[in-house]
Amino acid sequence: MADFTLRVNGAARRVSSVAPDTPLLYVLRNDLELNGPKFGCGLAQCGACTVLIDGKSVRSCSVAVSAAATGAITTLEGLGTIEKLHPLQRAFIEEQACQCGYCSNGMIMAAKALLDGKPRPSEREIKEALNDHLCRCASHNRIVRAVQRAAKEMA
Amino acid sequence: MKPSLSRRDFLKTGSALVIAFSLAPDALGQAKPALLPGSLNNNRMLDSWLRVDADGTVTIFSGKIELGQGIGTALAQIAADELDVDLKRIKIVHGDTALTPNEGQTAGSQSVEQSGTALRFACAEARGILLNAAAAKLGVAAGALTVNDGTCVAPGGKSAAYWDLVGDANLKREAQASVKPKPASEHRWVGKSVLRRDIPKKMTGGAAYVQDVRLPGMVFGRVVRPPSPGARLVSFDEAAVKRMPGVIAVVRDGDFLGVAAEREEQAIKAREALKKSARWKESASLPPSGDGLYEHLMKSRSVDSVVSEKTSASAAAPAKTLNATYTRPFQVHGSIGPSCAVAQWREGKLTVWTHSQGVFPLRGDLAKAFAIEPANVHCIHAESAGCYGHNGADDVALDAALVARATSGRPVKLQWMRDDEFQWEPYGSAMVMKLSGGIDAQGNVVGWTHEVWSHPHNNRPGAPDGVNLLASWHLEKPSKAPTPADPPLPTGGGERNSIPLYDFPNQKVVKHFVPEMSMRTSALRTLGGYSNVFALESFIDELALAAGADPVEFRLRHLKDARAKAVIEAAAQRAGWQPNAKGDGVRGRGVAFAKYKNLACYVAVVADVEIDRASGKVRVTRAVSAVDAGQIVNPDGVVNQIEGGIIQSASWTLLEAVRYDRTRVTTLSWADYPIIHFGDVPQVEVVLINRPEERFLGVGEGSQGPAAAAIANAIANATGKRLRALPFTPERVKQALA
Repeated sequence: MADFTLRVNGAARRVSSVAPDTPLLYVLRNDLELNGPKFGCGLAQCGACTVLIDGKSVRSCSVAVSAAATGAITTLEGLGTIEKLHPLQRAFIEEQACQCGYCSNGMIMAAKALLDGKPRPSEREIKEALNDHLCRCASHNRIVRAVQRAAKEMA
Repeated sequence: MKPSLSRRDFLKTGSALVIAFSLAPDALGQAKPALLPGSLNNNRMLDSWLRVDADGTVTIFSGKIELGQGIGTALAQIAADELDVDLKRIKIVHGDTALTPNEGQTAGSQSVEQSGTALRFACAEARGILLNAAAAKLGVAAGALTVNDGTCVAPGGKSAAYWDLVGDANLKREAQASVKPKPASEHRWVGKSVLRRDIPKKMTGGAAYVQDVRLPGMVFGRVVRPPSPGARLVSFDEAAVKRMPGVIAVVRDGDFLGVAAEREEQAIKAREALKKSARWKESASLPPSGDGLYEHLMKSRSVDSVVSEKTSASAAAPAKTLNATYTRPFQVHGSIGPSCAVAQWREGKLTVWTHSQGVFPLRGDLAKAFAIEPANVHCIHAESAGCYGHNGADDVALDAALVARATSGRPVKLQWMRDDEFQWEPYGSAMVMKLSGGIDAQGNVVGWTHEVWSHPHNNRPGAPDGVNLLASWHLEKPSKAPTPADPPLPTGGGERNSIPLYDFPNQKVVKHFVPEMSMRTSALRTLGGYSNVFALESFIDELALAAGADPVEFRLRHLKDARAKAVIEAAAQRAGWQPNAKGDGVRGRGVAFAKYKNLACYVAVVADVEIDRASGKVRVTRAVSAVDAGQIVNPDGVVNQIEGGIIQSASWTLLEAVRYDRTRVTTLSWADYPIIHFGDVPQVEVVLINRPEERFLGVGEGSQGPAAAAIANAIANATGKRLRALPFTPERVKQALA
């Protein structure tokens, strides 16, 4: 068991008595009570748990908290709030880009990483960036439109 | 386990008298009450549907739950219109056994039809009551009042708002459904693509799901399921696991094994350790795979019935007869979020936060499993990932409650791991559809038979004679699994959508219901509808080809229903359908149609496919759909359902089948069960045919079947090869093209 200071959404967050190999996901969800990252598969196959570490899209179910403690972590909550939405969040709402919304966290976070590196991606590039994120309600086309919409707004 | 009560027993017990009374007054010798619209008929008190509060809000109560289909928004639109209030004033409570009407399951594309219709009439009547109260207060005739966002205004300007009339307007009365709801022309919200109310919090990390429920003192649970359906627990190392960090309890009851720990990752590690140490006695209980599965299904004991039969003496004898057999494997719901529940015991009473589609039936089964009164079980709905039918949602509620018995009143949040869901959720049944059809010299269909073999499609909680919860069968004193239900049409199961809507002079539809399940099966989106429409609409194309007819013209020729024709024509037009166009070996186009359940929405789909002949991979490049759902409440909501249904169906149709050997299910992760990815998702266009003066028609499952058949027909159009065994994997396509 060990204590860690994580940098999450711009703030230092202390978590104590956690096994170093604990997947970051459980620390974010249970210790820090963040709802954005979701448990989907625990195997880095679905993308529901995605967060950014130092701007890079990462599956938090498969990263140990000890490894994550060295980077700057951004979760869905770190992008914006209902009162002050990030353009991606606003675009997902405007495009009604979900049914159940369980995968949306991963879609938005992966799109954030994409747009940060490539502000005007093509449709193909968006699909490639999201290809390993699973959506079962099949809102794929809406998600692509939402990312395009956000890119336009952010440009 | 407590035996179920007979009706006579019900009437003998005082506490149940009320239930019996409200459900069936005629049983007490009273006059049968008037039939009320939608779910109002079984939940007849106005105040069970809505409440007006002094703070300027209206709360509506629905037994139907939100599962990402947008039902909360659609119901709010309906209520706001009938009440003449702004949509922002509407609050909604879904599925709570202490608060909402009992509307059974949220299933079968029936929520707008049942709950929406009830709310529409209840709110129209409530508006009348509120108007009368305002009129009395203002000393004017009710007819002279106008209502603006809940404020009743008299000529001259005096006014009274609903929120000021709370004490005067009594909604604690039985609905009469005597106030006619508004015509479509007076709707302000219904018919508009209002943004869904549940989405903003989901996009910003708000607490939106059962997974986000956090209670004081809460601990985390996991289950250790048997490695195979026939396995029995022989031994495990309880002491070693109990010594692991954070472990609070190891629960063993027969073949049920679960664990609770302070932290979630500790529960997961304890689960792993239990799995490693547990010894099971396994047995081969699963059916054969591949074609053997279908032979097995057709040879199994079945209950056979004629679903539909008509004969015509005047019809011509067939000049040509075709036969074809279509198959569909076991398929999963595959929710992205594994099933989850939070359970807490306090003084012998159980509270469960659950994403069950039916909180009341779940309450009943939990009560039976623990041999307690249903009144001592409180089920509260909270959303989860989309479920598309009966997944592990109900089962995990019992798992959490079993583990929570060992945590001294501390609530337990228990989520299944991915492999729990893949191995143990009830599957959509494997099915066989055997069709035969004859055409006369003019190329018209003169004879049609459709035989369908299927396991049950409805093994949800709420059955009268047992408990439909997985863990209850694994306990030392197991509950009895109920006799599998085979509800007749129009609900139906395996025979859903097996009766053609086409006008054939001779027709026979036969159902072979196979109650002994070689795999546990239950409701997956459309039940048998997907498979039957796939078969029926594939076979129509086969007959059209034999008749040398264009598939669109051939369908229209055999249809009388004008609304059915209209969706086919609209889809064909939007897609740019070229009559009698042939594919080029690589690209092709197909059409298909269904009226869901033969009573809900009309959907036609035109699909374009592209086939990589070297690899056998099929890609659906474009799908165009036309939909008639009667009066549309939320157009974008309808589009979202139809579009999602088409893409999900493309995934089922091209990729999906549960893998297993004779002992174990070997589908454990997404690597074993690929679903459609972004790169393979077709472009989808949806044409809506709104009919504002028609009643609501359920839409949530309407496109699944037509999409599958349109893809099959497009492949046949492209290659000249007919695929009849789902899914159309690259191996199968390559084999067909070889």
